[in-house]
Amino acid sequence: MKSRGWFRHSVLALGLAFLYLPIVSMIVFSFNNSRLVTVWDAANSPTLKWYRLLLTNEQILGAAWMSIKIAAMTATGAVILGTLAGLALVRFGAFRGRAFLSGMTTAPLVMPEVITGLSLLLLFVALEQLTGWPQGRGMLTITIAHVTFAMAYVTVVVQSRLTGFDESLEEAALDLGARPAKVFLRITLPLILPAIVSGWLLAFTLSWDDVVISQFVAGPGSSTLPMVVFSKVRLGVSPDINALATIMVVIVATGVLLSTWWMRRQERRRAREVQMARRDDQ
Amino acid sequence: MADKPPESTSQRAIEPGREYVRIENVSKRFGDFVAVDNVSLTILKGEIFCLLGGSGCGKTTLLRMLAGFETPTSGRIYIDGQDMSDTPPYARPVNMMFQSYALFPHMTVAKNVAFGLEQERLSRPEIERRVTEMLEIVRLGELAQRKPHQLSGGQRQRVALARALVKRPKLLLLDEPLGALDKKLREHTQFELINLQERLGVTFIVVTHDQEEAMTLASRIGVMDRGEIVQVGTPTDIYEYPTSKFVADFIGSVNMFEGQLVEDEPDHVRIRCPELANTVYVDHGISSAPGATVWVAIRPEKIELSRQRPPATENVQQGVVKEIAYMGDLSVYLVKLDNDRIVRVTLPNVERHADDRISWDETVWLSWHPTSPVVLAQ
Repeated sequence: MKSRGWFRHSVLALGLAFLYLPIVSMIVFSFNNSRLVTVWDAANSPTLKWYRLLLTNEQILGAAWMSIKIAAMTATGAVILGTLAGLALVRFGAFRGRAFLSGMTTAPLVMPEVITGLSLLLLFVALEQLTGWPQGRGMLTITIAHVTFAMAYVTVVVQSRLTGFDESLEEAALDLGARPAKVFLRITLPLILPAIVSGWLLAFTLSWDDVVISQFVAGPGSSTLPMVVFSKVRLGVSPDINALATIMVVIVATGVLLSTWWMRRQERRRAREVQMARRDDQ
Repeated sequence: MADKPPESTSQRAIEPGREYVRIENVSKRFGDFVAVDNVSLTILKGEIFCLLGGSGCGKTTLLRMLAGFETPTSGRIYIDGQDMSDTPPYARPVNMMFQSYALFPHMTVAKNVAFGLEQERLSRPEIERRVTEMLEIVRLGELAQRKPHQLSGGQRQRVALARALVKRPKLLLLDEPLGALDKKLREHTQFELINLQERLGVTFIVVTHDQEEAMTLASRIGVMDRGEIVQVGTPTDIYEYPTSKFVADFIGSVNMFEGQLVEDEPDHVRIRCPELANTVYVDHGISSAPGATVWVAIRPEKIELSRQRPPATENVQQGVVKEIAYMGDLSVYLVKLDNDRIVRVTLPNVERHADDRISWDETVWLSWHPTSPVVLAQ
């Protein structure tokens, strides 16, 4: 028994180390005073100097703002298109071209990003030559590109939520006199909202950390944050990147922890209420 | 084919009212599958009509066509004299209570009930007044602010009912209204439903697979089998005067013997059944040719058991008690005949102590009154 417990603990420790050691070391080095990333300057550390430096770095702040804008637009666009695609796939039965649409929406999930990026670039160039739109490449083309692949993820999330959806709820609303559009807004939409929200967050994250596709369809002056990080690292890792990454990790971790805690609480409350309700029949 | 008395008195009287729903030669096909096959039905104003049948018999499809969720492949549906065959569900003067109740999980009880009224664009105070009134009727007043998951099964059922009734429909469709409730609650709710229906004067069409439910609720029952209506009548009609083997067998339990018609007079018939030692004498005439193959159906509670041979020479049969199932209010005896045929007999347990009760492996005589057997030709 005792030896098994010991084994289990060491496996757990190894697994955690494998996953989190890189991140922990990055966070630690973000407080390092030395210019050299791998050398710990014990005399003057820890310091917040790289964080201060970051806040005055126009390039990085600009790229971060650009990334946020693109990610938000991408998420919104992907959610609208993905929800529509999900609805069509689950609800419209066996319409012509259903298998085709299903295949096409999920293709970006498995398509190598290099190919997606390249094909989109070619499309944008050809379009510009033919119609004059989109003019050059920049934020707009990056957003469109991100929407095309993020939409696939949203479709999958919404689709799975709709598959478990009790359609008699919609029928009940129709029966009570609501027209189909109203039924969608008052019944269907609120009930698939959790899927739409998680789809939105997923699309936001996908867009936020995409480098490859952005690289293809970005133009001058439209570098996203990951692109800036990537190009800076190529010239050698500078400690302010550590600081930037640490900030991002903290933001993401806080978000995840908060939402997990909130969901747990909801679940527990719900379970308690259901228990109490059962008693009323007896 | 059996003559039946003109009036069955144990039923609640149906107001000889005018017809409210007319289903005319309605069929529904899904691909090759015929779900509803040329059904014609008339449902009267203010009655509780039960569509009864096993799963896949088409009863739910028929109900969904009345609600407007399915359109008939052929035939017409008239509600209150108006052709509703192509009217979408939201424009019909009909409301439905779903088997799953289909309560909107993101709305409170009050919001659920108010939903239908909001679609009618009534004023806020008017909606509030009617919701409160309806919740009082189903005794849910103090639960108005709860969400569906905070309700028990019985409470949910009442919310679903309130939500459908608050629109004051002239016709309410109920899909297995008591299916999700446990037995005790179900009985109680049945009587509540009837009460409510009488109070509000709404016409009910109920779909159910549970014959007991149909019997207690319905003023008339339509038995369905493989997409067709096989018999329509009051619960007594359906139980005592089934017109086919299917109905006799489907409703309650029955002992069925195949036989030949040997004597057919206006006032009686004699039937010879190979499985029974003596002829079966039935005290009313039927219109069938002598020699025709018929089936004799006898309900288990209409057979008497005795140790002594009854004086009659007909409608008696000897056998051995093989099994006794004590059910509290009554006992079921399975009696085996010489030819291994098992006959089911039920006897009420009138006395608490009956020491000379017929017991296992006793040789007994079965007998029945000439009015009891039902003769069926199909």
